[in-house]
Amino acid sequence: MASAPRTMYEKIWDAHVVETRDDGTSLVFIDRHLVHEVTSPQAFESLRASGRTVRRPDLTLAVPDHNVPTTARVDAAGKRLPIADPQSAAQLAALERNAPDFGIRHIGATAPEQGIVHVVGPEQGFSLPGATIVCGDSHTAAHGGIGALAFGIGTSEVEHVLATQTLLLRKSKTMEVRVEGALGPGVTPKDLILHVIGVIGTAGGTGHVIEYRGRVFEEMSVEGRLTVCNMSIEGGARAGLIAPDEVTFAYLEGRPYAPRGADWDRALAWWRTLRTDEGAAFDKSVTIDAADIEPTVTWGTSPEDVVPIGGRVPAPESFADPAKQEAARKSLAYMGLEPGQRLADVAIENVFIGSCTNSRIEDLRAAAEVLRGRHKAPGVKWAIVVPGSGLVKRQAEAEGLDRVFTAAGLEWREPGCSACLAMNPDKVPAGERCASTSNRNFVGRQGPGARTHLVSPAMAAAAAVTGRLADVRELA
Amino acid sequence: MEPVSTIEGRAIPLGTKNVDTDVIIPAHWLKTVTREGLGKGAFESLRGQPGNPFDDPDFAGAPILIAGDNFGCGSSREHAAWALLDLGIRAVIAPSFSDIFAGNAFKNGILAVSLPQEQVDRLLEVARTDPVSLDLENQTVTTPFQDRFTFEIDAFRKHCLLEGLDEVGLTLERGDAIAAYEKRQARDMPWLAEPRENAA
Repeated sequence: MASAPRTMYEKIWDAHVVETRDDGTSLVFIDRHLVHEVTSPQAFESLRASGRTVRRPDLTLAVPDHNVPTTARVDAAGKRLPIADPQSAAQLAALERNAPDFGIRHIGATAPEQGIVHVVGPEQGFSLPGATIVCGDSHTAAHGGIGALAFGIGTSEVEHVLATQTLLLRKSKTMEVRVEGALGPGVTPKDLILHVIGVIGTAGGTGHVIEYRGRVFEEMSVEGRLTVCNMSIEGGARAGLIAPDEVTFAYLEGRPYAPRGADWDRALAWWRTLRTDEGAAFDKSVTIDAADIEPTVTWGTSPEDVVPIGGRVPAPESFADPAKQEAARKSLAYMGLEPGQRLADVAIENVFIGSCTNSRIEDLRAAAEVLRGRHKAPGVKWAIVVPGSGLVKRQAEAEGLDRVFTAAGLEWREPGCSACLAMNPDKVPAGERCASTSNRNFVGRQGPGARTHLVSPAMAAAAAVTGRLADVRELA
Repeated sequence: MEPVSTIEGRAIPLGTKNVDTDVIIPAHWLKTVTREGLGKGAFESLRGQPGNPFDDPDFAGAPILIAGDNFGCGSSREHAAWALLDLGIRAVIAPSFSDIFAGNAFKNGILAVSLPQEQVDRLLEVARTDPVSLDLENQTVTTPFQDRFTFEIDAFRKHCLLEGLDEVGLTLERGDAIAAYEKRQARDMPWLAEPRENAA
């Protein structure tokens, strides 16, 4: 008997239910657990206090990323340099102690593979299609780009997964975001997801898992898919999914933790069954025309505050909802912008190219393409490029991208989360603007009083060159 | 987790929509290895602004916070829940919550109560001068002015909150079922069950 058509989310969910309880919650098995230094210390302490162990250390991978400085970590002799901030140093030290104490694989701060967990997971083939993946970080949604059901969890849940390798969950609703047509020149996956968040709003996906569908995603690289799924959480959805296909399989084959030989063939056979069945129903569906998407920037302090680069800062009165009007007034005061101002006239003093959203090799190539043979504008005081991992860094250097960046006056740094959330020394000064390839333009996100404009890597490079928010298509 | 039954007292009338986790507790406060002491960093960017309720002595130690739609959006940091607890907040009332925050609140015994916007608006009005009461058993929010609003809560979460249950302990009791799953997975999907690092 043929079973009812199912979405990809339902297929992955069904394959991971350990048991369903009478109250409708399910105990769900977790295949991969990524751990970083900020959201794990309290979980390990609780395990210690209660005499509990890690059930499956083999399914757990620890990598420090949030606190690590992006300046040199070892001296010329290869000796590790101390971390100036004692609190950051203490968090890193805690992970370095907890990982071996609990038998967990650990990629240390000076290892060549170190990087942002969400870059490292897919890059190492630790993240796989059809797997359930969690991490104490909301941008875990990124791994949906290779077809994994991946979502962020709090520290209590980190403890729960460490102790039991499961989570107690209620099944989410499903939401289809269908994009018709193809992206125009100069329009990137980052512009696409910013546009989507603008359409659905920051709570549009709450309670849902989003599946991104349409030819544009089939034609997109894995790096681009990771960027799109990464920001599902900015649309309120805990997870985003893109069906794995030949592009995904080619990306994964041969990666360190990816299956090999007969295992690879068996994995492939299952992965090919994951895509949403014809006729499967979604709880909610949104259709977007790719032709409507332009290089996009944010003007406010919520990721839904987006406008095409050719647009103007909206007037608060233009919003129907009085609460949104009030929020827009506060945002504009914080951002130092006036209604009606052209975004392309807004001068910027800082550029950040990096973060789990946009620090993979393609992102760096896109930025370098714009910067090649050009130099940052005199008004740009601080511009850094932070690769997502040591392997991305090495690849970029092999391609000569580092020299393009430094010749253009940008700094080439060591991998980590960096100025995306300013937990390490990389901060945007109060009152200054940053064209940033990161994912959140919240008040104080890049440092107290910092003003963030979210953009794609190519647009960040265009901002560096012109000293203002600029349409990358005009630099071509 | 301490059992939760009723929460009564002043309610901080914040009201704002989309209060994100960076507003609740900025990232530079996350460099801690404990859960305690985060109250002093809570709502840092709002404090010092004229008219903000967090500096109003009337609301010092208030056990309830009233906010707008999509409270707790943004990061997964449980520090947001710990910061609220450290301020003495045991319940948040809002029209809606981000999924991750709602889970984190529950794990820490903070009641995240969703009510329709018009009821939240009424409570925001009452809260300026008078206390608000929450009763988990009866799933009600009441005021001294005969307002009585009922709220929905997941039955499992309600049970855990009322009893103060430790979810990790509960799941560990299901160890046999988890072991049976692991056995099935090792048989059917060995490549997923055992990540092996291959030589490059």
